[in-house]
Amino acid sequence: MGITIQQLSVFLENREGRLDEVLSVLAENDVNIVALSLADTTEYGMLRMIVSDPEKGRTVLRDSGITAMLTDVVALRVPHETGSLSRAMHQIMEGNVNIEYMYAFANGEDASAVLKCDDPAKVAEILRASGFDVWEAPEAYVSNIRL
Amino acid sequence: MAGVALENWVENIRDPKIECMSGDEMAALQSERLVDVVKRVYDNVPFYRRKMQQRGVEPGDIRSIEDIEKLPFTTKEDLRDNYPFGLLAIPMSDVARVQGTSGTTGKLTIAPYSQKDVDVWGECVARNLTMAGLTKDDIIHVCYGYGLFTGGMGLDYGAKALGATAIPMSAGNTKRQMMVMEDLGATAFACTPSYALYLAESIQEAGLVDHMKLKAGIHGAEPWTEEMRKKIESILNINCFDIYGLCEITGPGVAQDCIHKAGLHVHVDYFYPEVLNPATHEKCADGETGELVFTTLAKEAMPLLRYRTKDLTSIDHSPCECGRTLPRISKFTGRTDDMKVIRGVNVFPTQVETALLSMGGVVAPHYMMIVDRENNMDVLTVMVEVDERVFSDEIRKLDALRNKIGAVLKQALGVSVRVKLVEPKTIQRSEGKAVRVIDNRGL
Repeated sequence: MGITIQQLSVFLENREGRLDEVLSVLAENDVNIVALSLADTTEYGMLRMIVSDPEKGRTVLRDSGITAMLTDVVALRVPHETGSLSRAMHQIMEGNVNIEYMYAFANGEDASAVLKCDDPAKVAEILRASGFDVWEAPEAYVSNIRL
Repeated sequence: MAGVALENWVENIRDPKIECMSGDEMAALQSERLVDVVKRVYDNVPFYRRKMQQRGVEPGDIRSIEDIEKLPFTTKEDLRDNYPFGLLAIPMSDVARVQGTSGTTGKLTIAPYSQKDVDVWGECVARNLTMAGLTKDDIIHVCYGYGLFTGGMGLDYGAKALGATAIPMSAGNTKRQMMVMEDLGATAFACTPSYALYLAESIQEAGLVDHMKLKAGIHGAEPWTEEMRKKIESILNINCFDIYGLCEITGPGVAQDCIHKAGLHVHVDYFYPEVLNPATHEKCADGETGELVFTTLAKEAMPLLRYRTKDLTSIDHSPCECGRTLPRISKFTGRTDDMKVIRGVNVFPTQVETALLSMGGVVAPHYMMIVDRENNMDVLTVMVEVDERVFSDEIRKLDALRNKIGAVLKQALGVSVRVKLVEPKTIQRSEGKAVRVIDNRGL
């Protein structure tokens, strides 16, 4: 497994009950959601998730007629210290990589930020080289699960 | 100044000899003209000669208007196959002008005219303007588009034939329209009904109703309801008239209603209407709905035999209270195809499909057209399914896709389109003919 992880992205119409349907499909198929972000436009919504099994998540959604895709993203481990996210962003900027979007989730002692950019592998390298930790897939997909 | 109430109305008839002619006399005139036009197309248009030969009909078989049923039909596809000038019955050097309208495949539907055709067109519109209570003393503000579209030129020719004053405003810029209308003292205006209502409300909002000298509105080129008519009439205190035409036949002026608003009087001395059962092609009785079919009895440049308009209507031959004997067709109840008129532009679902397919498999050809009327203006929304081929987790990319589809559709249809991205399989797949259009305008 590489140092990028896979995000499950879902296209949602702005329609009553649609989010509930998507979440139900995942729940019924034992796909656990580790983190999510829901972006809305006037026309439609975009659901982005880190889940326990992205490939399975996509398959079960697709079987239910829902448009879903997998996207490579970087899960940055952000220590709970003032300025840590700022420092990480600065490094990425210095490396000339563009961030499309970002969302955060709590993860044990640290926080985490999911980053979408043009070149996820490069961002992961930049972050690691400057002392930051990124989650690898096996870790990220089981975050926060009580064993 | 305001519209004259029915009880004070004085009916003027421009050509009483024709417009109030007895049925027998009219049939004799139509017969004479039909015999002539059939001979002309047989001699000069290979397409018609071939079609008639296929049916075993010769010009000599056509002796009266009753024989019209022996003649072949002409369809929009025939016009397309013979684009642009394949159906001309006169030398190109005698063509005085060409008008046109957008067709189903991006090509134009062409309407060539001889000078006499232009004169007949103007004469028919002048009859209609007279029907609307207008005379040579009136000032007619034309806010139909001028150009290939027949609306602007048609009303202009009509005003000219009537001897009235035409103000060729063309469409758009409502503030300027109101200013000119007020300053020049227009007594009538002509435009699509949806724009008429928009303009009426703008005049009302600006507090200018009392500054206007309007008494009549001439509106057509798209379907409208009686409620819309009453609304425009009550806001501006005028009489509104429903004018009908299609460029293949001549443009506006084929028919129009009179002050009694009991159907649209057809100028049957020039345009012979048949109302036929669309499936069996049998003649419908008066009052029975069928497809309107026109034969141009006197057209020189591009005469058409039994042209199928695909408009559904019924016909009434009983005399009208206005005194005219010209038969009346009812307001249109629909079409035999799925064409929609959106802001005066003819739009076919197949155009949307073709445009989407032209994007090279970027989008699925599953779509739905929804026509609404918001603030009295037609709005076309096209729903396009987002499948995995085009889906992106970035909103920026989805918006770019939406804008691109919107631009492609606008280019293809000639009207702006709102694109709505929807989930796959949300658009109905029906067996047989899919429903591709939902019209919420209640027309």
